[in-house]
Amino acid sequence: MIYKNAEALIGGELKKVDISVENGIIQQIAPEIKGEGYDLKGLTVLPGLIDMHVHLREPGFEKKEDIESGSRAAVKGGFTQVCCMPNTKPAIDNKVTVSYIKARAREVGLCKVQPIGAITVGQEGKDLAPIGAMKAAGAVAISEDGKSVLETKLMANAMQYASDFNLRCLCHCEDKSLVDGGVVHEGYYSTLTGLKGSIRAAEDIIIAREICLAESLNLPVHICHVSTYSGVQLIREAKARGVQVTAETCPHYLTLTDEVIKDFDTNTKVNPPIREEKDRLALIEGLKDGTIDCIVTDHAPHHEDDKRVEYNLAAFGISGLETSFALSYTALVKSGELTLAELAEKMSTNPAEILGLQGGKLEVGAPADFVAVDLNAQWKIDPKEFVSKGKNTPFAGRKVYGRVKCTVVDGEVKYEEK
Amino acid sequence: MKRKDLLGLLDCTAEEIDEILTVGLNMKKLLRAGKKTLTDLQGKSVTTLFYENSTRTRCSFELAAKYLGAHVVNITAASSSVTKGETLVDTGKTLDAMKNDVIIMRHPMGGAPRLLAETVKAHVVNAGDGMNEHPTQALLDMLTMRENFKSLKGLKVAILGDIRHSRVAKSNLYGLTKLGASVSMYAPRTLMPAGLDKMGARVCRSREEALDGADVVMGLRIQLERQQGGNFPSLGEYAKYYGVNEAVMNYAKKGALIMHPGPVNRGVELTSGLIDGADSRIEEQVLSGVAVRMAVLSLLTKGEK
Repeated sequence: MIYKNAEALIGGELKKVDISVENGIIQQIAPEIKGEGYDLKGLTVLPGLIDMHVHLREPGFEKKEDIESGSRAAVKGGFTQVCCMPNTKPAIDNKVTVSYIKARAREVGLCKVQPIGAITVGQEGKDLAPIGAMKAAGAVAISEDGKSVLETKLMANAMQYASDFNLRCLCHCEDKSLVDGGVVHEGYYSTLTGLKGSIRAAEDIIIAREICLAESLNLPVHICHVSTYSGVQLIREAKARGVQVTAETCPHYLTLTDEVIKDFDTNTKVNPPIREEKDRLALIEGLKDGTIDCIVTDHAPHHEDDKRVEYNLAAFGISGLETSFALSYTALVKSGELTLAELAEKMSTNPAEILGLQGGKLEVGAPADFVAVDLNAQWKIDPKEFVSKGKNTPFAGRKVYGRVKCTVVDGEVKYEEK
Repeated sequence: MKRKDLLGLLDCTAEEIDEILTVGLNMKKLLRAGKKTLTDLQGKSVTTLFYENSTRTRCSFELAAKYLGAHVVNITAASSSVTKGETLVDTGKTLDAMKNDVIIMRHPMGGAPRLLAETVKAHVVNAGDGMNEHPTQALLDMLTMRENFKSLKGLKVAILGDIRHSRVAKSNLYGLTKLGASVSMYAPRTLMPAGLDKMGARVCRSREEALDGADVVMGLRIQLERQQGGNFPSLGEYAKYYGVNEAVMNYAKKGALIMHPGPVNRGVELTSGLIDGADSRIEEQVLSGVAVRMAVLSLLTKGEK
């Protein structure tokens, strides 16, 4: 198959090329390759997006999402590869569940799904999960997801043991005693709504702890969904002195501030909470100077039943796969904060490197995973159009630029806009 | 007043608050004259839906509705039923289907009355939601002040106590500032929420500063059940460093009113001498409560058949 007339991002530059693919591998990238093919004229081709932080809910919570609906949402959002977090039921804390997810994803056959194993059995923070066996079955990282391993010694052990299997710990940073039931960021808007807030330190303290462990043990660590300006600074300083720390943030932290909670819209309830303008600006700054390596969705689909309740009772999370690229492109590239090439690094190349995944680059010999987008298309986010089961988004009605037109996985078109 | 619900004073105009107080003052006169058979709500049904324990507020609302001629049903649900069993939306739909005209709800979570109001056709009155608002408490406080001071404009009100967890403090702040009063607040730093200054409060760092020149001194209940987390060492220490006593009252204006939404912890927020003294309006607040709730119910349903 030859994908023709693409404006493709090759080695950091947009080039007008044809891309030929055989057996799922890019064979040739050249200005003109002879033969019939799939026309991508007018579209920009980027390496397939890789989301290293999603929740696919299967097994256990199929009412919210399953591997099929989640995969469908992924390719519609331009993702060729997603890494799914272990807070399923049962948790991904054993090789059987890892294998099941891999097998189910292959059956669905849309995007690549890479399971992330739990750090402890049942995510209970007591005993280490069978990290070696999960790796053998295909886990690409370990994470306690949704909470921190509270026992610091156990976290140190997890980092050390996982490193024997070349797995990185992805750390959700939250000091439970400081959060103390808080559901939003503590500040003017938590006081205004009377919703219980939690302060930045609740996140920063554990970011700092994981950095200390990584530094002391000389091991890598990855910080999940950074939301505070002070967290960005902790990571920046750690990187400057050579600590092997990487970090991610999400489109909602880059585009919203805590003012959105003022009408008690439960679609704004997310953990960590949406914070203030100075946090938002610091996160963008962190992306620009390389402190923040990746943009992930933390795709957390929920059923309406879990959101149409009191704010305190509503589930945390935003359904993000189908809006991530456009939100990020609009907020970062369209506004001149990042180049398109830099955005592709944050959404594809860097996640692949951090987790040691194939993909993330358009080059000969690489898997033919790519996405074709119309960068000039302006559209309005409408949750009714989501193919994810989770329609929970605080972005309904928002106008964005950049529309995914076609997603190719292992050389095959897995999504194209009709 | 043209509104379906009373969810808080944040989204009320000064004119609406003024109207409620004016009608409330009239209701209070009628109550004092022993008139308890009004017809404003004749043929209407009112349900009180309380997810939190309350004696005085529920009783006050019930009597207010009954004095206006309404049928009243009381539902008391344990707080625990919020997290299990029927959702609030479904409960609301059920109450609506039974042709309730007004639902008065207390709920432990901020924003819950709003969710209910969006669901039901009935009028919703917020009787306290989590740490958000308690509009009728603030209205009864303001009614009590207006009886004593004619106008609230330029009045200096000091509020001391557990501000962080207090929906009363916030509703008072919104209402009082809208009518031109100034509000000073003081509490241990552990019990002061963020951003109050941005909401128009004068945030103080001592009792003396808060009370300086005050016309009204309001104590807020220290909720013993909320003090597990070490917000302060003991009630004794609270009383000593943060409570209002006769000595610190010297910083307030002579004859400044003493108020408290109740129930009072005697000797903690206020000394017994102040509670029982000539300047105390704590009992007066209770009657204001019935009157102002009558005013709210009457105004919300006015003109409906």
